[in-house]
Amino acid sequence: MNTTLIIRSAFAVQQAILSHEADIELLDRAIGDGDHFINVRRGCEVVAGLAPDLSGLMPSEALQKIGVKLLGTIGGASGPLIASFFLAMGRTLEGIVEPERHDFAAAFAAGVEAIKLRGKADVGEKTMLDVLIPAARLLTRLVDEDAALADICAQMPDEARQNMLATKDMIATKGRAYFLGERALGHIDPGCKTCEVAIAAVCGVVSQPDLKQEAV
Amino acid sequence: MKKFVNDIDDVMRESLSGLVSAHPELIRVEFEPTFVARRHKTPGKVALISGGGSGHEPLHAGFVGRGMLDAACPGQVFTSPTPDQMLAAASAVDGGKGILFIVKNYAGDFMNFQMASEMLDIENATVLVNDDVAVENSTHTTGRRGVAGTVIVEKIVGAAAELGASLDECKQVGDRVNGATASMGLAFTSCTVPAAGRTTFDIGDDEMEVGVGIHGEPGRRREKIKPADAIVDELLAAILDDLRPERGRELILHVNGFGGTPLMELYLLHHSALSRLRSAGLSPVRSLVGNYTTSLEMAGASLTVTLLDDELRGLWDAPVHTSALRW
Repeated sequence: MNTTLIIRSAFAVQQAILSHEADIELLDRAIGDGDHFINVRRGCEVVAGLAPDLSGLMPSEALQKIGVKLLGTIGGASGPLIASFFLAMGRTLEGIVEPERHDFAAAFAAGVEAIKLRGKADVGEKTMLDVLIPAARLLTRLVDEDAALADICAQMPDEARQNMLATKDMIATKGRAYFLGERALGHIDPGCKTCEVAIAAVCGVVSQPDLKQEAV
Repeated sequence: MKKFVNDIDDVMRESLSGLVSAHPELIRVEFEPTFVARRHKTPGKVALISGGGSGHEPLHAGFVGRGMLDAACPGQVFTSPTPDQMLAAASAVDGGKGILFIVKNYAGDFMNFQMASEMLDIENATVLVNDDVAVENSTHTTGRRGVAGTVIVEKIVGAAAELGASLDECKQVGDRVNGATASMGLAFTSCTVPAAGRTTFDIGDDEMEVGVGIHGEPGRRREKIKPADAIVDELLAAILDDLRPERGRELILHVNGFGGTPLMELYLLHHSALSRLRSAGLSPVRSLVGNYTTSLEMAGASLTVTLLDDELRGLWDAPVHTSALRW
């Protein structure tokens, strides 16, 4: 995962989020307060706008720069959470010029752990962590097992999708849907949907190694 | 969507500019990052900073001024502000006695203020407001929301700070007011976030959302609409069950409109709530009625009760001069 791939991933996530606008908005209107998509879109826009400043930076620097920018842009609960994710990823990769798969898996796990700490939430509370924590575990396991890149990029979106769907049957104990009590039952968590879309988009980029050297 | 808008992206900037141009002697606004501060800094006192998503006007920027807040950080509509706003506001209004953040208990507001508090190199403390009794409290969950009781916390702590209380004392008064305050609201309609362009939820003409917050989000349950007295009974029952005041206890009764309900109805609610509190043997000695903590154009209202003692009553009565509250 080099900085070029990070930038390509950022654009891919933005495209994917925009194409899922209707789904994400519908979910947030059901159990949120209607601002989730707007905030995520704003976050994607500023990261895309940051791209020219990122190329040439080390991956750790690029990720930290993204984190700081998002902290000052998104607001809401997602701002500090997503920012903490990128800042922790960046810190984990410090000094590594061309992170290998296991470096990236460790960084991803550290990013997810940072969200967990900042949000004081865990699996089963109907938040984005229901997708992210199992995703970090699966990525770590697959990398440890030396799985093929194509395999990793196929299994990660599947896992994310299943865990996203599973939030439908949960009552929230954290996040905005908590205030709804049992009325949140039957609705997928919008943050999980966003994470699922993002994971699938990043896997789509990473699974095309032939594009890796292409200039952005 | 029918709203007074030029460009959706300019709504906040234009609205804040209007607030300041209407009250130039009281407040000023900074952009990038955005905050509203007193026109003239007041040195030698604890500086009070609050903030939260826009769409709740006059909360919080309308309460910047003598006897209340020193600065307010508005976020996008219903979205908490970011730490850079709080840091900029803090360095602008720091009077040398520390910074007190007053934060409504929502995950977003809490986390952004928490990060600002960690990053700020000025001594600071935070009062977390969680007066909404529609949501059960628990240490394992997000906990109760901060709603209309926030105005009362900001007024009373603001008076304490103005009278020279230390950071610790301000924090203690704030926590005490919050503990003595309970609110519950209900809505007849949802509201439209300008950037979303449509209402956050749909609701029938004969229905109401009970236990609603201040973001046009669905509440705890939906019911058929009832007479005002029956609604007041239900809201007060939840509030008094939480506060459990002793007979004769003095209190503030705050009837807050969410933005789409006329004052005529808010006063009707006040009449009903006041007589019920008196029948329950309580002593409502102060009242505040109006649209103070709104949810854009949502129709509906909340009731807030704050139990008083001599100190809190004195602080409530102390002079205040802001664009939205003045005596």
